[in-house]
Amino acid sequence: MKSWIVIRPQGIPVSLRIDRRVPLVLLAIALTTLLAMALNISHGEYPVPLLDVVKTVLGLETNNADYNFIINTLRLPRVLVAFFVGVGLAVSGAILQCLTRNPLAAPGIIGVNAGASLAAVALIVLFPSAPLFALPLSALGGAIAITILIYLLAWERGSSAIHLILIGIGLSAIATALTTFLVTFGNINQVSLALVWMAGSVYGRSWEHLWPLLPWLIVFVPLALLLSRDLNALHLGEDVARGIGSPIELRRGLLWITSLALAAASVATAGTIGFVGFISPHLARQLVGPSHEGLIPTAAMVGGSIVVFADLLGRSLFAPTELPCGVITACIGAPYFLYLLSRSNKR
Amino acid sequence: MKSENPPQYALTTRKLTLAYSNGQPIVLNLDLAIPAGQITVIVGPNGCGKSTLLRSFARLLKPVVGTVYLDGASIFKLPTKEVAKQLGILPQSPIAPEGLTVRELVGQGRYPYQGWFQQWSKEDEEITERAIATTGLTEFADRPVDTLSGGQRQRAWMAMVLAQDTDILLLDEPTTFLDLAHQIDILDLLYDLNRSRGRTIVMVLHDLNQACRYGDRLIALRNGEIQVQGDPAQVMTEGMVRLVFDLECRIVKDPVAGTPMCVPIGRKVQVKDRA
Repeated sequence: MKSWIVIRPQGIPVSLRIDRRVPLVLLAIALTTLLAMALNISHGEYPVPLLDVVKTVLGLETNNADYNFIINTLRLPRVLVAFFVGVGLAVSGAILQCLTRNPLAAPGIIGVNAGASLAAVALIVLFPSAPLFALPLSALGGAIAITILIYLLAWERGSSAIHLILIGIGLSAIATALTTFLVTFGNINQVSLALVWMAGSVYGRSWEHLWPLLPWLIVFVPLALLLSRDLNALHLGEDVARGIGSPIELRRGLLWITSLALAAASVATAGTIGFVGFISPHLARQLVGPSHEGLIPTAAMVGGSIVVFADLLGRSLFAPTELPCGVITACIGAPYFLYLLSRSNKR
Repeated sequence: MKSENPPQYALTTRKLTLAYSNGQPIVLNLDLAIPAGQITVIVGPNGCGKSTLLRSFARLLKPVVGTVYLDGASIFKLPTKEVAKQLGILPQSPIAPEGLTVRELVGQGRYPYQGWFQQWSKEDEEITERAIATTGLTEFADRPVDTLSGGQRQRAWMAMVLAQDTDILLLDEPTTFLDLAHQIDILDLLYDLNRSRGRTIVMVLHDLNQACRYGDRLIALRNGEIQVQGDPAQVMTEGMVRLVFDLECRIVKDPVAGTPMCVPIGRKVQVKDRA
């Protein structure tokens, strides 16, 4: 029995093949995620029964007029932001792990986190009177600026993956040092706000946060899917990829931009939620294998569901105190990182 | 170079100078022609530039000066996908991603024939299956490449290059890290591909005896310069081995194939003589 399914409709020049496991895996994760979302919405200081959650989201009448406000204004956008931020981080991570051929890579290595943090913290600490909507914009700008700077510096040396990583680490360290400087000397109230942002949280995220995030995903997630074959090619190494005819400079550039855009948009929306971009591609690979046609959508769903679950845990573990979901993902992600590291050392 | 039908030369170089970023040139002003439909073996000591030369034949390394011609056109100016339909390369010891199955790997050889939407045509499927069968991997087709033995793994990579369906095959030390039986297995497979389908094969080999047995033509490099080239039966001499490898040897006749066989002398023999 072959391990993949071929989709080849007659009469139109379209054909595709995906791993046999993909449809079932996607369905299973989708159902789990929907359940986690419903639980997340139902849970809180003002609990809403699950059935009423479903009814309200679908726009049906319930016997409590408050539900509409609680769900559609407060909790639904938050849970959707959590999901889509996870999608962005996961796809970004899947691309980077392939481009660098390093399974321990994550969006942080291209400087996105450090750049976004510096810009966001600078805004919070230095311009406390700046309006709320300026924060994600500033973070986005910081992430893009530092990544482009890294790329330009690495470009002179032939833009190979290892140079990008090393220069990325170097510049990230500088940006992190500046961030620490700001945090150390800033006003205590602003600093605490900055720290929560840096930990990564979807607290208080509303429709105004969701709408600016979506276009990035709508453009770049399908682009990542279209570039799956080039990801597969690059995964075999530069020489093999070139040998089978992939124009790798062009495609690699496009993939870096895709990865950057997804990570930057996600981090700008919810802060630096760690380890999602790193773990999700791994779990997806365990589920559907390394071919990117199936890996990218699976990683996306896994990433989305991880952040939704992390937010649910963060809200319920020590209620009424809320833990930022970035703290939860770090608690799960760090041991997993160590596990992978020890496993790769044994090989 | 004019291309005839069938072309006399598969690949030619003119004043080819190769170097890695700003370093000393590894190959200088090289003029070379690879005959079509033959097996050409490149030999030479470590660091003589044989892999570098092979990489430039496959447009993986851009020359500093000069160029490589494929069918009369500079290979670096042709669209890379078009080149990939005519010429396949298997680099030295490539590594497959964890969990990638043989069939998935081999299918990737179809890259140059695919597009944004046409990603897995009927033809892609047939040629992939044929390549798997040719390399004798049918029963392993759904196994992850990283769980196979070294010999099977190398055959899986060869199958990927075969799925590219090219007239020219370039291979960089296709037998490294394999035991002797598997080395012969791979070389026999290449020999069959050349004899039955008339494919042009250019490979780098370390073993001079295998080079003489399987090669129609031998190119011996030293310091990026061709010292000797031609039919192994004529060019493989004690003087050539001394010139290229700084090694004293005797050339005898291969008792199986009748081709030249190099028996190195070294220092150990003299110790034994005295004993």
